[in-house]
Amino acid sequence: MICFVSKKPKRRSTIIVIMPGKLKAKIVAGRHLPVMDRASDLTDAFVEVKFGNTTFKTDVCPKSLNPQWNSEWFKFEVDDEDLQDEPLQITVLDHDTYSANDAIGKVYIDIDPLLCNEAASVISGWFPIYDTIHGIRGEINVLVKVELFNDLNRFRQSSCGVKFFCTTAIPRCYRVAMVHGFVEELVVNEDPEYQWIDRIRTPRASNEARQRLISLMSGELQRKIGLKVLEMGGNAVVGYLQCFDLEGESGLVVRAIGTGCTLDKVSFGSAPNTNTHVHPSTAPASNACNSPSKDGKEPVFAEDLPSFSGPPTPFRVLPTSSSSPPPFSPSKPCSRQSSSSDTDLSLTPKTGMGSAGKEAGPLKTLLRQQTQTALEQREFPFFTLTSFPPGFLVHVGGVVSARSVKLLDRIHNPDEPETRDAWWEEIRQEIKSHAKALGCHAVVGYSERTSICEEVCILSASGTAAILNPRYMREGCLDTGNTEPRFDEPSPPSCGFCHIPYDELNMPFPAQLTYCYGCRRQKVPDVLFTTIDMPSEAAVTGKGCLIQARLCRLKKKAQGEVNATAISNLLPFMEYELHTQLMNKLKLRSMNALFGLHIQISVGENMLLGLASATGVYLTALPAPGGVQIAGKTPGDMSNEHHILTIQKRINDTIAKNKELYQINPPELTEEVVGSPIPEPRQRSRLFRSHSESSDELSELDLSHGKKDAFVLEIDDTDAVEDIHSLLTDASPPSGFYSCNTEIMPGIFNWTSGVQMFTSVRVFRLSNANLTNQGLNKIFTDLCENLLKSFYFKLRSMVPCCLCHLNFTVAVPEEELIQVAVTAVAMTFDKEQILEKPGDKTITKGCIEGEEQLQFSMELCADSSGISTQQLSKISGVPESTNVSPRDRCSTWLELIRLKAHTIRRGSIKTISSLERSSPLPEGRSRSLRSNRSFGGSSVTVVKMTPLSFLPGTRIIKYLGIINMFFIRETTSLREEGGVSGFLHTFIAEVFAMVRAHVAALGGNAVVSYSMKECMLMENPNKNQAQCLINVSGDAVICVIETDQEPIHTADAQSE
Amino acid sequence: MQGVNRARGEPGLESGCHYDALDKMAVELDVFVGNTTIMDEEVYQLWLDGHTVNDAVKVRMEGGVLEECEASADVLMSDTMDQYRTFQMCERLLHSPTKLANQLLFQIPPHRQAILIERYYAFDDVFVREVLGKKLSKGTKKDLDDVSAKTGVTLKSCRRQFDNFKRVFKVVEELKGRLVENIRQHFLLSDKLSRDYAAIVFFANNRFETGKRKLMFLTFQDFAFCGGQLINNWTVGAVDNMVEDMDVDLDKEFLQELKELKILIADKDLLDQHKSLVCTALRGKTKAFNEMEANFKNLSRGLVNIAAKLTNTKDVRDFFIDLVEKFIEPCRSDRWTAADMRLYLTHYTNSAHILDTFKHQLVWDRYMGVIKSCIFKMYHD
Repeated sequence: MICFVSKKPKRRSTIIVIMPGKLKAKIVAGRHLPVMDRASDLTDAFVEVKFGNTTFKTDVCPKSLNPQWNSEWFKFEVDDEDLQDEPLQITVLDHDTYSANDAIGKVYIDIDPLLCNEAASVISGWFPIYDTIHGIRGEINVLVKVELFNDLNRFRQSSCGVKFFCTTAIPRCYRVAMVHGFVEELVVNEDPEYQWIDRIRTPRASNEARQRLISLMSGELQRKIGLKVLEMGGNAVVGYLQCFDLEGESGLVVRAIGTGCTLDKVSFGSAPNTNTHVHPSTAPASNACNSPSKDGKEPVFAEDLPSFSGPPTPFRVLPTSSSSPPPFSPSKPCSRQSSSSDTDLSLTPKTGMGSAGKEAGPLKTLLRQQTQTALEQREFPFFTLTSFPPGFLVHVGGVVSARSVKLLDRIHNPDEPETRDAWWEEIRQEIKSHAKALGCHAVVGYSERTSICEEVCILSASGTAAILNPRYMREGCLDTGNTEPRFDEPSPPSCGFCHIPYDELNMPFPAQLTYCYGCRRQKVPDVLFTTIDMPSEAAVTGKGCLIQARLCRLKKKAQGEVNATAISNLLPFMEYELHTQLMNKLKLRSMNALFGLHIQISVGENMLLGLASATGVYLTALPAPGGVQIAGKTPGDMSNEHHILTIQKRINDTIAKNKELYQINPPELTEEVVGSPIPEPRQRSRLFRSHSESSDELSELDLSHGKKDAFVLEIDDTDAVEDIHSLLTDASPPSGFYSCNTEIMPGIFNWTSGVQMFTSVRVFRLSNANLTNQGLNKIFTDLCENLLKSFYFKLRSMVPCCLCHLNFTVAVPEEELIQVAVTAVAMTFDKEQILEKPGDKTITKGCIEGEEQLQFSMELCADSSGISTQQLSKISGVPESTNVSPRDRCSTWLELIRLKAHTIRRGSIKTISSLERSSPLPEGRSRSLRSNRSFGGSSVTVVKMTPLSFLPGTRIIKYLGIINMFFIRETTSLREEGGVSGFLHTFIAEVFAMVRAHVAALGGNAVVSYSMKECMLMENPNKNQAQCLINVSGDAVICVIETDQEPIHTADAQSE
Repeated sequence: MQGVNRARGEPGLESGCHYDALDKMAVELDVFVGNTTIMDEEVYQLWLDGHTVNDAVKVRMEGGVLEECEASADVLMSDTMDQYRTFQMCERLLHSPTKLANQLLFQIPPHRQAILIERYYAFDDVFVREVLGKKLSKGTKKDLDDVSAKTGVTLKSCRRQFDNFKRVFKVVEELKGRLVENIRQHFLLSDKLSRDYAAIVFFANNRFETGKRKLMFLTFQDFAFCGGQLINNWTVGAVDNMVEDMDVDLDKEFLQELKELKILIADKDLLDQHKSLVCTALRGKTKAFNEMEANFKNLSRGLVNIAAKLTNTKDVRDFFIDLVEKFIEPCRSDRWTAADMRLYLTHYTNSAHILDTFKHQLVWDRYMGVIKSCIFKMYHD
């Protein structure tokens, strides 16, 4: 096929072509081949090895299903640009003397990992032979090597050596020297499926053309992003997120974003704390109270406690474009929506936005040259990371998101992807301005996604506005240890990130502020929404849980601009409702913060689906949420009154039950303890005035009813009643289970080695055409709830366990179909240590050897009040305790009293000495024993997979490269393969198998940060056909069992 | 795959599943795939036993798994279908268990693989009793519905078990070396199960009659034991362990030599001498002495005739029925105890060595060794 990749630089042709590398491949053997010759029940197999335009063939190995080729080394002399773009293509064929040779299947090997000297050095192993029609058909053993010549030419277009990581955190065996910032790129091409030639070629040829094209485009994209990183002076891309948009006739877009970084490899002697997530023992809640008062803004005690009115929300989406939600004013939600610019944007990219894109071009280049500019001057101060090295994140403002509806243009010129660039540029600008409005100079946890239905495309971007420590952006800054004292604005790590970044006198949106419950010095909002993982040092009360808001909205079928307008009119309502649902559910669980918030809105022909997932948690630093109060519209109506009372009771019961379930018993730190001032009415009114002056459009509605007051739900019609019912029907996980959509579960630290990654897909057919929004909502909610119930049931043998990183994606593949795909990991943990009260621990564990250490570690895990961790901070020699201001001393003294009382209550008078830190945790030992058993033993390497950036009980010692695979599977015998379920089940299993095989061939034993980015299923049961596309990615790693687990705290001490 | 098709358009399942909220829609597709393949042993057994998805759901509900896990019936339905699908996908690999260990499609821990294989090849004693000694042919397979009706084992399960027998038979038929060892290596079965399969193969190959009414009191384990005795002592492999079919076919030379034993009954003097030696040894040691003395010639004729006739394939097939008719039944009607039997056969065998004109001691021992242990095993109610 004509494979013609856009934006390919032609500079190369003008200079002498230097051959910078040699790719060598050897075909060793095959096994379990399918029978290709019915007569003999055997196969005469041979192999074609292709790279670029060069093809080699092995001899035919006659009449064998387990052929031994043992070929010579096939050598390809290629330039490094091709090395990055092209996959090695291995085709296994059955030799036929009289007719054309039959293809058995193919293997595509991405050789990128071999181009980086720190990653894999050889690819060697058994690969499944894959055919898009028949699936896996046997396996082939292949050896691949690359020899790179080091004569780098100055005009290089390649970016060999830049490391890529899907992980959205600093990879475990690296230290970040510098974070350069946002990198993005997209490439466009025609979709082979829609080319004229597709009418005459076989489905197999078409699928293979697509697979190959996407593989090529991914390679090109990665190379280009690598170049950008090199330009910035970085050597790695972290949080690399690649997606593709199948735009149908208008083409195929592959786009990627990531965070450019300079990473230093950490040698093993001073191995970093691989467990920051697992044991956030460095997160002392009470640290807040005795941290050094180097704070530039030493809080003034007399400062007023502001009391703002308005919807208590940190969730900010400004109504500046088609994408924005209403200004939280249900009374007139359309007011912003109808503004002219919105419709313009949504309808045609060719009008206003075309020029905007062009303008952005030179600006971009200009800005790129200034490599070391401060964050503020960056074009897009965005970071795709979701967790950060300690000290990186200073303050968090709230979620920023932007959406826009576009019509895909029919005529498409692949050489000019500018339109798509401009679309994203526009969205990113919007995000940037939202962040600015929140007083933040950066956006973290940033991600982008699309939803396409026919010619309509919704582009979405979201992230968390934040203030970052600028030191990480400058050259030569980072030694985690010695930067700390130099912080411009040191905030206690356990609560600092919660402190508002914006000016409280000039608030971007109405919110209730209180003094931080951690340090009592700075203001915090009453609720915090973010898209990032919870900082490991954050102080939490109790456990977290998965919170989902689900919404369906019907829309009329329409075409073109009418359709786009209809959708963009619906979006703000959906965002608003999702947000309200989230808020209500959060309150019902008595929590005050959301992490890992992902809002997905999917468009179908006749409906829109919205799904917001996040992990709710009670941040100790934030005020306790008030209850949920029901208010009737028509007071006086007795029956109604009674009804409201019943509902109110149910709500209160639910809250009480949830508090118990998630162990939310916030320490009764009342104002008196620290002497926080109670706002006086006079000042309040002053603040209120200034607020109404500054915030223009958002203060219209006052939803909050004073401090600590309940969140009020008004029941004005039957809809609201339904809504409240649906709120209450969310089932909590069965006992022994927890769930979250973040990397780790807040409140659980003692993971054991049991890990089960899974993917589950459900498609529901709505049979009744006359569904209402209400009915649809119920169906959609039940669908998600039932999926969760199924997981709990299937994984019941792993109890106690937590479903982590639950990632739901919804789609409307066809009219009346709803598809939900979930990838997550179930991880076991040690129940005893988290559920027991401190007093019980000594009794149950008293007999175990190494009691002291055990107590110690348990304290760390179990005690969210942070008393023991405060001790820890002293032990590990954090300078904090040495430099105490009088006020700090006071609070420290208070803490000490409490600590003493606590210790005595526990029945242990042992004081914790520094000795204990240096001995390994007994728990760690037993954990490694268990995992020992689970590894090895079979002739096939066990490859563990997880969507998280780590595997509990193990330490990642090497990153082998990125796994980014795209597969198509098609069948014309759907019934014979067990219907759609059978078809997809097999396909997903095959994808897993191919990922595992590639990782094993690279020498790895695990995939971290695994995700299934796409799962598009099209079926036609009448024709007995189905087709499915799956895109997965992750980081191949080698991890070892933590046998000589370093004491977690010494690592910290070393770095200080 | 009946499991999958059920999902569509059939939300109200007769097993009492309620899709209460879901009644407005149908589950079009529902899959769950773990990186490590999740397999519930209980569901696996239900699948092996040939239950339909709905039956399996019913059984599981009755087992109380729902109450344990706060789940609903449709959760159970979904889980059961997923598991059934997984097993069906695995079945191909289970047909050649060695592949299971190095296939890449399913990541199954080794100990789980062993369980999967062992359970897949396990069989019901009632079923195997019906087909033991029959030719493992298409004809026999056609009659499996009768077997199913008679034994209560589902037809599906009958077919799996029958196919397993046939598969093992086909693979080991042409292999050199020890039968049990070959089975263990090619099918990764436990020692016990390998021995059972060896017996099944041996019976099928020699087509021993086991289905006659007179033999119904014998269990599969009785036959398996006897089969093992025959394999170990009467086959070619007992003397030479490097030939094909060594453990499957009886040693022809030995069978020929067995004809020589006829002298024990044909020679009147020898018969009398033998009788008196045995009677002298037995006298006073058992209550059944009189019956033994009276029946000696009959019994001896019975055993020696069996030996002499074994060159005929037809008579080989009737080996067990002959043993029962010619020896076990007469003794039982005379109310011999098991101890009587033991005493009698021991002296019967040993006395032959003292007969000075009897020259076939080796053949006699090889024959009587097996006969003794078979009869000991078979002599029960």
